[in-house]
Amino acid sequence: MTALTHELKASYAFIERNFFLSRRYWGWEIAFLIYSAAGALSISLIGAQAGDPRLLLTLMVGAIFWNYLSVVFSWIAETIAIERWEGTLEYTMMAPIRRSTHLLGAVAYAMVYGLIHTLAILVAVVLFFPDLSFAHANIATVAGFMVLGSFSFVGIAMLAAILPLLFVERGAQMAFVLQSVLLLVSGVYYSISILPGWMQVISHVSPATYAIDGVRKGLIDGVPLSELTGDIWPLLVMGTLFIPFGLWAFGRAEKYAKRTGKLKRVG
Amino acid sequence: MSSTMLKEPKMTLPIRSAVPTPVPGVVPAETPAIPALLVDRVTKRFQVARKKAPVVAIANVSLRLERGGTIGILGANGSGKSTLIRLVSGLLTLDEGRVEVFGHDLEREEMAVKRLINRVSVDAAFFKKLSPMENLLFAARLYGIDSGFARRETVRITERLGIARKRLGRPVEQLSRGMQQKIAIARALLTSPALLLLDEPTTGLDPRSKLDVQTFIEEIRKTHDASIVLTTHDLDEAERLCDEIIVLNDGKVVAQGSPEELKRLVAERYGQAPTMHSVFMTYTGRSLDDDIAEEEAEDE
Ligand SMILES: Nc1ncnc2c1ncn2[C@@H]1O[C@H](COP(=O)(O)OP(=O)(O)OP(=O)(O)O)[C@@H](O)[C@H]1O
Ligand SMILES: [Mg+2]
Repeated sequence: MTALTHELKASYAFIERNFFLSRRYWGWEIAFLIYSAAGALSISLIGAQAGDPRLLLTLMVGAIFWNYLSVVFSWIAETIAIERWEGTLEYTMMAPIRRSTHLLGAVAYAMVYGLIHTLAILVAVVLFFPDLSFAHANIATVAGFMVLGSFSFVGIAMLAAILPLLFVERGAQMAFVLQSVLLLVSGVYYSISILPGWMQVISHVSPATYAIDGVRKGLIDGVPLSELTGDIWPLLVMGTLFIPFGLWAFGRAEKYAKRTGKLKRVG
Repeated sequence: MSSTMLKEPKMTLPIRSAVPTPVPGVVPAETPAIPALLVDRVTKRFQVARKKAPVVAIANVSLRLERGGTIGILGANGSGKSTLIRLVSGLLTLDEGRVEVFGHDLEREEMAVKRLINRVSVDAAFFKKLSPMENLLFAARLYGIDSGFARRETVRITERLGIARKRLGRPVEQLSRGMQQKIAIARALLTSPALLLLDEPTTGLDPRSKLDVQTFIEEIRKTHDASIVLTTHDLDEAERLCDEIIVLNDGKVVAQGSPEELKRLVAERYGQAPTMHSVFMTYTGRSLDDDIAEEEAEDE
């Protein structure tokens, strides 16, 4: 068995385990789906009330795809937090696998889970607004930006995953803080042009800004990928920079936790 | 602090021929066999409060475990047993010294070492909502073990430990603490570790389960060619399972030898009854008063 297949098999361990967890907590998965769908609907209804189909679509796309990104983000960010919570972290950290393998497994599951979750919400929302037409939509653009968006989010999510290593108690909550700041600056429900100048600076380094903009243009206006290079290259650059940076920072945090004895809770 | 030192006999035993006590920094040239575990002058400190001096959890500890042997680590609560196990597991970084597992340096060849070891700790940590089978399958995959084989082995090992097959499919949270502990032992054995680190594996088990686990430990030692490091508060267990015992006190090795040697030593030197109980009491003679006195001294 080559080293690569060994690592791929090991990363499947995390996919399978997370699947077992989702399966065991299926009641909660359904509740979470209802929660997300209700959230997306209530935001879309603001557009419906304004009687503006374009606003309705803009909000809807924002709600649904922000949901996708945040689901992907949370599954990755919580990889460490759930093990901390269960007390299994020391065992997983002892296993003979690279940290990149560990995180690759978390990322793969996060994406598959996010896609299924988002698809379910999309269906619910489309059923709720039967008059909406997606005749213009460019599916390739939408799919492309979902992939690019998650790719660029992975590194940031890894940074969030570090927090529970460093802050034993409150690490997981701090990931939420990061998430809400991203929501604020990324133009999910409004154009970033209305934000104060200093906030727009942050907007430009948030991958969500470009990912949601791209999805919106593809879904509402049917713009092909080839015309959206302005959104594509920042995502590619950020993904390429953030992932190695996330891995590096994770390694540093792990070293720190091992030096200061922060991996353990009991015994 | 100094009064404590005076009270404690800090003698270690003369070097035995079969299991050479490591001379700090030197691996005896006449021992060609690679030891299962070599701990060489290891120190670990924890910074517990900002302005206080760090706690020295392990102070200049050396030990050598030959292949197939079992070494027991005894000591009072807080003496550093679990810290030593964690250092060897790579869950804590060494401040000083080095650790080798079957000749592989822990820091430089981390992956090689990780493949050779597994650990069972006092707390049986699992995904509590998942079944033992799901938990063990996850562990097996991390170690690159094929899932079909892992399932068969899980059934075999847990049956051997007295866990009914039907329990393997139910959430771990429904099992008693003792059963969870047995599953934790099964998880470690599943990966066939050459060096097995057992941190109080039988604490909290009923007498029969304890015996099951002890018999099983003896069995794997023979059949799996495993070398074992065992910490325990059960002195009979230590005597039964270990060829060599190390007593830790405040992170320092205060006694080392086979159970027989240690018992003889306390009888000859301190006029105590030749039991493991006397050995423990003699070498860990630290009372609550000492602890408080030390704390007061630190606060000054
Ligand atoms: N992660 C940690 N952070 C800070 N201090 C620690 C940490 N782990 C251990 N210590 C300290 O190191 C010392 C040794 O602890 P350790 O857990 O190794 O003892 P032990 O011999 O296993 O005790 P017990 O018999 O209670 O299990 C104690 O003073 C403890 O407070
Ligand atoms: Mg302990």
